[in-house]
Amino acid sequence: MTAQLQKATAPPAGRPGDPERPGATCTPYAPGAPPVTAAASPAPPHLLEACGITKTMGDKILLHEVSLTLDRGDLKVLIGPSGGGKSTLLQCIHFLNPPDGGDVFLDGESARDMSRMNICLFRREIGMIFQDFNLFDHLTARDNVAVALRRVKGWAKREAYDRAMAELDRVGLASRADLYPAQLSGGQKQRVSIARALAMDPKVMLLDEPTSALDPELIGEVLKVIQDLHEGGMTMLMVTHQVGFARHMTKEFLFMESGRITESGSPEELLRDGSGSRTSDFCSKLSEIQGG
Amino acid sequence: MGTLEFYRTVLFPALNKGLWVSIQIIVPSAVLGVAIGILAGVGRSLGTSRLSRALDAYVAVFRGTPLVVQLMMWYYGLPTVGVFLESQFGPGVSPLSSLFRLSPYASSVTAFALCSGAYQSEYIRGALLSIKKGQYMAALSLGFTRAQAFWRITAPAAARRALPGCGNEIIYLIKYSSLAMIVTMSELTGQAKGIATMYFRYLECYLATAGYYLALVTLATWLLSWMERRLAIPGDPGLS
Repeated sequence: MTAQLQKATAPPAGRPGDPERPGATCTPYAPGAPPVTAAASPAPPHLLEACGITKTMGDKILLHEVSLTLDRGDLKVLIGPSGGGKSTLLQCIHFLNPPDGGDVFLDGESARDMSRMNICLFRREIGMIFQDFNLFDHLTARDNVAVALRRVKGWAKREAYDRAMAELDRVGLASRADLYPAQLSGGQKQRVSIARALAMDPKVMLLDEPTSALDPELIGEVLKVIQDLHEGGMTMLMVTHQVGFARHMTKEFLFMESGRITESGSPEELLRDGSGSRTSDFCSKLSEIQGG
Repeated sequence: MGTLEFYRTVLFPALNKGLWVSIQIIVPSAVLGVAIGILAGVGRSLGTSRLSRALDAYVAVFRGTPLVVQLMMWYYGLPTVGVFLESQFGPGVSPLSSLFRLSPYASSVTAFALCSGAYQSEYIRGALLSIKKGQYMAALSLGFTRAQAFWRITAPAAARRALPGCGNEIIYLIKYSSLAMIVTMSELTGQAKGIATMYFRYLECYLATAGYYLALVTLATWLLSWMERRLAIPGDPGLS
């Protein structure tokens, strides 16, 4: 009852770009505080919006009120030094590791308000690609892709297998469907994991350094799949150190350091010679190591 | 009686009878032990802190005391509880107090299953701890509930890791089933002892008995490695 009254009397929470409250930022989540409602915004909601994500571990603040938005078809690239909170941010957005403060909206729906069951529905709308693949070791490539279709979406075995084969075909691995993860190369494993995520028809894909655990000659095949996805209109947020690859695909770099997004902008802007940005400094160090 | 005659008419018939009793003890104890081990092992690794502390205490007690002592407690000690109840509440509680009088068979299976379960839970817990969290996270990211992610992804991987350890414990169990003799069970060792003392042929009787146990253990080992081969994952050096 109290909560309802609070909701009714609370002023609409401010959001970035809200015309009625210029300069307002979204309110970080706190118990008892009025909920951040995406409906308060007159603008159509972003496909995905992370608002004031905060995450602490003990005394350490891993994420400091990080906000970002993704619109349909966007590819945004998170770069920055290790330990800056990039992976943690992806896990918080996915609610795999629920944030301590802030909220995530998918199509305007708050993840914070969801029940445990609905969080599972929320998660399956967002695909996650992990640095070390995390394929299910005891299942074949085909079953890796089909298992969630069968157990989460409740599809029949035949339908799930058909779809799994279609997805494996899309990443060029239909001929490897009966092999187990231990029989695949790193690049093939990562492509299976992409197929596994795609089979769930996610609205957004989060990619956490998808090529960092790969041998250099295997990186290309994975990047090719990611590029195809982007050209197919998939909305993606990618953490990567492949700056050379990313700068040609993305319109926006987000530079993350010490739990904050400290710089953002187009690659041209940030990487322009003499821009003096932290991003350009970081990227030139990276390219020294990677040799271009 | 000639030696061969003794083997044919006395020793082997008695040992065969004992073998059958031993099997009747070993199989249910092993099945119950694995079941208890799974429940306790899962509870200890994933349960609430209160549950896992209670299960830790169970393991500490049953792993920390000699099995012979446990066996004698179940068979000789427990009926005292019934006697005490009757002395306190009169003969009306005798249906209840009779629950505390376990047969030799029931006390053997109880003792073996509980002791074996304590060890099994340790193998199960270790296997669960060895499974990387990443696969579980990946399952959650696909929309699995936590229970589904555990039973569909973590558990099958952990079962393969636990199998060699659990099999080892079953092999121990086959041998410590011989302790049932001290609660008057005429199982393999009990029969051997009876015949040996009656005919003063200790060496032959115990040698033959050892052969029977060796055969049982060999059979179990063979079954377990067959299971390991069946469950092995192609290409995985750690499991195949």
